[in-house]
Amino acid sequence: MVPTHYYLILSAILFGLGVVAFIFRRNIITIFMSIELMLNAVNLAFVAFSQALNKLDGQVFVLFVIVVAAAEAAVGLGIIIVIARNRQSLNVERVDLLKL
Amino acid sequence: MNAPLIIFFVLAAMCVTGAISLILQRHPIHSALSLIVVMVALAGLYLLMGAEFVAAVQIIVYGGAIMVLFIFVIMLLNAGVEERTNLSKLAGFAGIPLGVALMGFLAAAVARSQDVVQAATQTGATAPTKALAHLLFQDFVYPFELTSFLILIAILGAIVLAQRENA
Repeated sequence: MVPTHYYLILSAILFGLGVVAFIFRRNIITIFMSIELMLNAVNLAFVAFSQALNKLDGQVFVLFVIVVAAAEAAVGLGIIIVIARNRQSLNVERVDLLKL
Repeated sequence: MNAPLIIFFVLAAMCVTGAISLILQRHPIHSALSLIVVMVALAGLYLLMGAEFVAAVQIIVYGGAIMVLFIFVIMLLNAGVEERTNLSKLAGFAGIPLGVALMGFLAAAVARSQDVVQAATQTGATAPTKALAHLLFQDFVYPFELTSFLILIAILGAIVLAQRENA
């Protein structure tokens, strides 16, 4: 039996690495992937609490988070395609004008 | 050291290695493959916790659908190695210490709440998929139905965004 706080510490580490990737990377697709990493870290904490409290509600929330992440990925990647088509670049530093 | 603990540390090492690789790789496709490693290792951790349905959904939806979408877009846009600029150096200097500080803050909060968590821990927690289905389709049936609207709106949004304006 693995203690619950091991899972929570791993979740905190993964979330922190996601934040570092979000700040450090310049490519808009990689930034989007770091958001997915942070969502995964939160899911891990949800399942860990679900197991610790012996209630299944946490796992239902994880399913909802996965659905929202899928919807977010579909819309976000659509936005990325539009940005890449309009600016010919995936670098976030070049996306600094509201109107071309 | 018992077997679940060893499995936990192996999978946790895979997760952290994949996440660090996501940060350090210069090419987006390598970052995407690193993220798939993280997701598969997380599915293993869910199995270790007895959440087999969540583990299956994690592999099918995250490792399958979402990451295929990412790789598809990377290949469609022909994304190359990302360029380094002055601002990205600034982000490295300021962002990494701030991110590490946030990580330490979160880990400290978890360590402080350790007693509370351990008090609530019960052994032998099982999560049969049947009980999960009862919960999802009885107590959470309205949120579940709402997610179908969310997906419908997301599909419409993706189609509207990605179509060419003069087609």
